[in-house]
Amino acid sequence: MDTQSVSRRNFLKVSGLTGVMLSLGLYLPTHAEEAEIINTAGAADLGTDLNAWIRIDALGKVTITDHRAEMGQGSYQAVPQIIAEELEVPLNEVAIVFAQGNRKYGSQITGGSSTVRGSYKNLLKLSATARQMLIQAAANQWAVPVTDCYAEAGHVIHKPSGKKANYGTLVADAAKLEPPKDVVLKKRADYTQIGKPLHRPDTPLKTNGTAGFGLDKTLPGMLYAAVERNPRLRGKVKSFDDTAARKVPGVKQILKVKMLVHSTPREGVAVIAESTWAALQGKKALKVTWDDSGFEHLSSEEIYKRQHEALQTNEGLSLKQQGDVADALAKGSKKLDVVYQTPYQSHSCMEPLNCTAYYQASKVEIWGPIQAPDMVQDFISKEMKLPREKVIVNMTFLGGGFGRKAFTDYPYEAAVISKAVGAPIQVVWTREDDSTQGPFRPGISYRCEGAVADGKISAFKLRMAGQNLGHWMGAPKDKPNNSTNEGFLKPYTESIKNLSIADVPFETPIPVLWWRSVYASTNGFAYESFMDELAHEARKDPMTFRREHLPDERVQKQLDKLAEVSGWNSRKPGEGYGMAITECFSSTVGQVVKVSKNPNGGVKIDHVWAVMDCGWYVNPDTVKAQVEGSIVMALGAATQHEVTFKDGMAVDKNFYSYLMPRITDIPPIDVFIMENDADAGGVGEPGLPAFSPALTNAIFDLTGKRVRKLPFSLATV
Amino acid sequence: MDESNESTITRREMIAATTTAVTALAFSGMTGVQATSIQHTVPLSLAQVSFTVNGRAQSLNMDTRTTLLDALREHLQFTGTKKGCDHGQCGACTVLVNGRRINSCLSLALQHQGDTITTIEGLGTPDKLHPMQAAFVKHDGYQCGYCTPGQICSAVAVLNEIKAGIPSHVSASLLEKPVATNMELRERMSGNICRCGAYSNIAEAMSEVAQKQA
Repeated sequence: MDTQSVSRRNFLKVSGLTGVMLSLGLYLPTHAEEAEIINTAGAADLGTDLNAWIRIDALGKVTITDHRAEMGQGSYQAVPQIIAEELEVPLNEVAIVFAQGNRKYGSQITGGSSTVRGSYKNLLKLSATARQMLIQAAANQWAVPVTDCYAEAGHVIHKPSGKKANYGTLVADAAKLEPPKDVVLKKRADYTQIGKPLHRPDTPLKTNGTAGFGLDKTLPGMLYAAVERNPRLRGKVKSFDDTAARKVPGVKQILKVKMLVHSTPREGVAVIAESTWAALQGKKALKVTWDDSGFEHLSSEEIYKRQHEALQTNEGLSLKQQGDVADALAKGSKKLDVVYQTPYQSHSCMEPLNCTAYYQASKVEIWGPIQAPDMVQDFISKEMKLPREKVIVNMTFLGGGFGRKAFTDYPYEAAVISKAVGAPIQVVWTREDDSTQGPFRPGISYRCEGAVADGKISAFKLRMAGQNLGHWMGAPKDKPNNSTNEGFLKPYTESIKNLSIADVPFETPIPVLWWRSVYASTNGFAYESFMDELAHEARKDPMTFRREHLPDERVQKQLDKLAEVSGWNSRKPGEGYGMAITECFSSTVGQVVKVSKNPNGGVKIDHVWAVMDCGWYVNPDTVKAQVEGSIVMALGAATQHEVTFKDGMAVDKNFYSYLMPRITDIPPIDVFIMENDADAGGVGEPGLPAFSPALTNAIFDLTGKRVRKLPFSLATV
Repeated sequence: MDESNESTITRREMIAATTTAVTALAFSGMTGVQATSIQHTVPLSLAQVSFTVNGRAQSLNMDTRTTLLDALREHLQFTGTKKGCDHGQCGACTVLVNGRRINSCLSLALQHQGDTITTIEGLGTPDKLHPMQAAFVKHDGYQCGYCTPGQICSAVAVLNEIKAGIPSHVSASLLEKPVATNMELRERMSGNICRCGAYSNIAEAMSEVAQKQA
């Protein structure tokens, strides 16, 4: 479907909608924060890429566009709930369609916990504008002052007479109006939907099996492809013998295929078959000889050994430097010099990677669980030399994403195979492919040095050694990774006068990628474990110590709340309490974990309390669910699994050895949300980083044993 | 790694291999021999199988090695049943066969001659949801929703197992009827992974249905 066209007529045609309606879009000039609101009925000559966020037809039916992926984080709820509020329609009467990939929607990458915080102001204004136009249309029809009219539940009401008109009867007139420049937004206290725990509109679909995920897509004549990719991640195909594979019933074609992880090619052999089973059997029957020359075949031991060595010998590239750290370290009464280690991680979405593509007559259409449809469009357009409008990217529901499905490699691979075969193709990844092929979250080591004097931090020096995700995007290699301080609360930098943060360059051939909460997921462990170690060196209560180093009213209130809900000040003997507080994507989360000795050995987690400060938010249930889910994910990464490498290959292939937290592993988790008027922060990721340090700090409190390496076993700690 | 788990992984491959007499495959997972070094010369082998899915009789002529999961998804288009690991590790493919839950990825379609199979699509209708579906809606018992059909099918079967007096690993006694405690429900649901971590809402949804049934 070509949605690039600018005339309203074309727009209506391509949307499959006919008849009179009010349709408003946002025009987002590149890098502009505030969008211009456009009445798409009168925008034929604007020459802009139109989008339609809100459409109201003559029956009063409201359809809105969700420009972001729905992968469990709740955009499918948040976007309509924002619009329903200012438009004055009930949430359950709003129909939602997923946008296709197109820059006209602004950035569509569903990452950085940015869906709400990146668009809510524009969406509020857009829906208030639509409401105001409908009110104006009613006032005009009734020849009454507009100030006497208001909107409620899909109707405009004339207050003095009680006269009432359904939105549908007003759209024809409203569509002729110019969108007003200044609309009055509702006050937060007047919200009837935002801030309320409304149910998610996708729930029925997801509980009766009708929600369409990537793997559920079928097309007439579609074939399945399974690809044997080099297990060494950067290798090439030297040769392959497909004699046996060709004999597998249902196998149609076998070909060498190249996938691009940004500019790095990864080669494999694709087996195209009539069914998934046949494709997988064919794949197993292949005999491929790989060319693994030109790069190292590393093991995990070697990776961490090199990181530790680099941290002892290399000062790194300075990201932040204030005061005189060397002098303060030398003068400090108590000094610490420790190394923390965090592992490589797989995203392990429940829905293994997959993508469906149909390349025909110089255009390609793609359907899949895709976090960044605009990036996929850009990438395939560039690599396959097709105009952008000839690359049509459709988002399905995503069975998990966590960053992995924001990459462009697997849709590109599907498009390449479809082009080669000349048929619609669904590329299916097995769990083993998904677990072993990456890209992975990088494993990172940190060296922390610090000193305390007079009960406060007198020096804090941190060096990080881990792969830089920015290098994929062409970040210069002589500059520090600017995510080295991700997760670290800004107020710390005010109170710690002698502070140094540096990135020690470290590379491997292992492809790496953002993973839920990105660098904060590992930085948080180092920073907040070290903060705890410094607190103990200073003989201070860890909560008090944080308070003294976080001179910020908002954070202080959050710490008050955290202490209150967790019973921090009324801990009993035999109970281990640990806390941590981290920042991620403009939200701050503090957590307290309570542990006790497990009678069968080791330690058990008794309770987790989390206090989220994300400023303005849409749905408290979604916020709580996201924090809780983040904690569960962090629990797995801290205590159950890591991607280990041996001879250049990922070792664990499926959930029998890459263990996942199960329902029996989950402690009670209570999540609280701070209420304030601050701008919206992220929700999907910020709950993750504070968990592992809060847990290991609690273990130290209980046992005196400091855990500096993740993952570790709760049973044997 | 739990050794007993490793033998489950190869169970499906074992079945497949046994059916097709390619026994070398069965050992591949155990000995670490790379799959790429194994040759398959599998003859085309079709067979007829008839069973009932969601109340409707179905008859399929299919490759004997097709799993029940692939048969449901690719041959009958019941795509509500999900593929997560294809090795019985995650539970996303859970369906009810004659009222009992199974991992449909570990079972060949051919083994189900005459069976009554219920998938998520057959549990309730959009107008009349199964009580467990309704409870998942009420408690937001999911996030991305991919594992949800398996979670719901499993949860329905769990309550039936408890009702039928089938004990679990955490039941206090093998002789007395198990009670639907939180611990009992969780233990029985531990075969279903939710990567999004919606576990507490799932547990709440189940508890509500269990209490109503009690």
